[in-house]
Amino acid sequence: MPLIWLIAIIFALAVLGFVMGRGRAVASAGGDTRGLHSLPSYYGWNVALTVMTPAFGLLALWLLIQPMWIESRVSAQLPENAISETSTRELVMSDVRRVAEGLEAINAPFGGAHPVVNDAYLADLREQIGSVGVALGSDITVGVYDAARSFRTLSGWGGTAMSVVAFLTALGGFSVSYMVTNKDFRARNTVERGILLVLVAAASIAILTTLGLVLSMLFEARNFFAAHPWQDFFFGTKWAPDFRGNSELAILPLLWGTLYISVIALLVAVPVGLFAAIFLSEYASSRVRSLTKPAIEVLAGIPTIVYGLFALITVGPMLRDYFALPLGFGQSSSSVITAGLVMGIMLIPFVSSLSDDIINAVPQSMRDGSYALGATQSETIRQVVVPAALPGIVGAVLLAASRAIGETMIVVLGAGAAAAQFDRGLGELVNPFQAMTTITVKIVSQLTGDTDFSSPETLVAFALGLSLFTITLGLNVLALWIVRRYREQYE
Amino acid sequence: MTDIIAEPEGGDRRKGSLLAQDTRTQKRNAAERRFQIYGMVAVSIAVLALVFLLTSIVSNGIGSFSQTFISLDVVLAEDKLDKTGSRDRTEMAKVSTFGYAPLIKAAIEDRIAAEGIEIDGLTKPDALISKEAAAQLRNFVLANTDRVGDTVEFKFLASGRIDGYYKGRVTMASAALDRNISPEQLMLADALKDAGALERTFNWDFITAPDASENRPEAAGLGVAILGSLYMMVVVLFLALPIGVAASIYLEEFAPKNFLTDVIEVNISNLAAVPSIVFGILGLAIFINFAGLPQSAPIVGGLVLTLMTLPTIIIATRASLKSVPPSIREAALGVGASKMQTVFHHVLPLAAPGILTGTIIGLSQALGETAPLLLIGMVAFVREYPGAPPEGFFDPASALPVQIYNWTTRSDPAFVERASGAIIVLLIFLLIMNIVAIILRRRFERRW
Repeated sequence: MPLIWLIAIIFALAVLGFVMGRGRAVASAGGDTRGLHSLPSYYGWNVALTVMTPAFGLLALWLLIQPMWIESRVSAQLPENAISETSTRELVMSDVRRVAEGLEAINAPFGGAHPVVNDAYLADLREQIGSVGVALGSDITVGVYDAARSFRTLSGWGGTAMSVVAFLTALGGFSVSYMVTNKDFRARNTVERGILLVLVAAASIAILTTLGLVLSMLFEARNFFAAHPWQDFFFGTKWAPDFRGNSELAILPLLWGTLYISVIALLVAVPVGLFAAIFLSEYASSRVRSLTKPAIEVLAGIPTIVYGLFALITVGPMLRDYFALPLGFGQSSSSVITAGLVMGIMLIPFVSSLSDDIINAVPQSMRDGSYALGATQSETIRQVVVPAALPGIVGAVLLAASRAIGETMIVVLGAGAAAAQFDRGLGELVNPFQAMTTITVKIVSQLTGDTDFSSPETLVAFALGLSLFTITLGLNVLALWIVRRYREQYE
Repeated sequence: MTDIIAEPEGGDRRKGSLLAQDTRTQKRNAAERRFQIYGMVAVSIAVLALVFLLTSIVSNGIGSFSQTFISLDVVLAEDKLDKTGSRDRTEMAKVSTFGYAPLIKAAIEDRIAAEGIEIDGLTKPDALISKEAAAQLRNFVLANTDRVGDTVEFKFLASGRIDGYYKGRVTMASAALDRNISPEQLMLADALKDAGALERTFNWDFITAPDASENRPEAAGLGVAILGSLYMMVVVLFLALPIGVAASIYLEEFAPKNFLTDVIEVNISNLAAVPSIVFGILGLAIFINFAGLPQSAPIVGGLVLTLMTLPTIIIATRASLKSVPPSIREAALGVGASKMQTVFHHVLPLAAPGILTGTIIGLSQALGETAPLLLIGMVAFVREYPGAPPEGFFDPASALPVQIYNWTTRSDPAFVERASGAIIVLLIFLLIMNIVAIILRRRFERRW
């Protein structure tokens, strides 16, 4: 039975439960709703929710666990000789899955007279399966065929069992909640407790997400460090992946590129953003403010891919033609300075709107005191407002830095793919017109295209991701802590 | 009587006039003016950067909305297309697009002869027409088998180089060095244009057609990408909005002040600042490798973007719940509503406009997000439209920002124009969403 039907049936049962539960409650009060503890619809909701929640919860759990259970069962019964030397258990299992899918598609009989399984039969089977659109990469072996048959049988049984159990759970919930319904039942309290549970579950998704982030990266990073020494990763000086093995995978060259580009971006964004914030909050007339503030905020709403393309087709070639080539700094249009400049533009609204908030939070009395002593407006800003707001501004800069470090599309399109090379001397390392790559670029390049999750060249992306996550998390926590402490100071 | 108004001793009181500033004041005022100018410069840098960015994208991309077409009368020769004469579709389908190319070549040669165009050294006049034309012709013939033997007028796409010639991307000089086009062929294009066979019109296919392969940029469109993005937005809307609102209601209205709530709050503000690519790693490791969902499917993209959008929606929803004055809650509680009824019957409806605005802003962020989608395999070359929901959520699809990235990685410069054009489409969608958000806010927001 398709899943969608099962869901529809449970829904129908819930609707029926709503109507019947409500009816029973009203009947038990003799048709006079004033005699009920709760409003009539709460009795209906109570039955409907008791029908749906356990049944759907069970369904979700079953759908999650069944494939894993079947996989391990079938994998365990797969004989050792079914796995050829060039293959792995995972690859054979994926064959098994496809054959099972194919058997399902050609609607092969489950039991009955078992045909003689020989090479001719299997070749014929492969053709049959292929004709319904399930292409197989290799011939079916007897081991795979048997495993596929049991795979299919188990999934068939599992599906049926799931339908029956879920339906019975729904029915059980229905009868129990219907039985307890009478005029004195505290239906509202029960329903509200149920809703509160749902709300708590929704709020804990945030924690689950963080857990998922950390665990998924930790797990794969552990696999990486099992295949590649951690000293080489953290303290090596060369990034040279080689898919034939023996690659040098060190984070330092990538970290250098990341930090260099981020510093340039901050050199652009912090002065411009800060001065723009000061001008808009202290000097600009309300008309200028109402025109320019949204314009600057538009910069924040533009997707990063747009900045990336801007770097690739406009800024990069321009910098190359007008600066790098005449000055003899290089001929690459993707460079540290291209990515840094464009990223700086992207960060301007970020810095300016955060600083704006912070400058506005400085109490007016401090400004008034300064004016009373005869200071000009700019003296007040430089010597009173900015020092008072400094911790907050530092927080904003740190947040911007964490953005810059984690930014991907601008560097993918603007910075190039060559890792910094420490052995070529300082001149090449600090040349801003040199193409240089970052942690995020390498995460993308190692994880797109054909990936093999057992090779360190792919797994290194998870270690890079974990390092990136740790760095940005550290910056964020520090920045939020500073900003919060600063805000409390003036509240 | 002591002398109260005695002159100070020494008499070095500063001499000066109110009308003429002394040097120190002048300096201070100059510093003041300079400081203001710094501010103005900063603001103008930001605004100019925006203007420069937009003009660069628009001027590069506007061309992709129009396309050069060549109209030709094609003779659908029976002896080439249907050798058996049976008009049987399966039989005719055996003729591949290679079988149709000669018909197009004959059609353009006829046209050249009919117009009396003579160009010295002209070879391969059919290079003017896109390689997509044969497929277009074949689809027409297979759909209308009874037209075989007739002469039918077709509007074919001109090849990418010819199109580029009329958009200024290709010149006579560059054509001389180009393997794919020659100056003579450009002259032929000019002659055909004078004869009225070649025209440039608005190109709907750019918005509705699927992607095309590396060597036919003129046929590449955004259809699959727009549909994929739409599917993902549906997934995000249906997951992120209920979960986000439920989480915010709990945190804002019910949560006790304890350690667990603090952990959740810190968590949410941190999640909002986690680099988007890290969410891509999560999607790859958990949704694809662990849960076994298909690669490049909108459902996976939607789930990843949901997790990314949740913090935005939660933060906006909490702010708008907070802005509902406590008097509303107290009034509801006072007439006997339960806490839950107060929230769902009174507070939530009043907060709805703010929640909606926050949701739209979250969605528009999700729409432009690229990096996590690269990791879950959405860069794949997809030519098939995904099916109708709900199965379509599991079909391979592309997404607008990923399609843009995909086009930037191709070598033909015509794809750069395509990518810029796709950005214009993306920005138009974002603009519409943001305008809707602003209108909603203006219309329904209440000041208490």
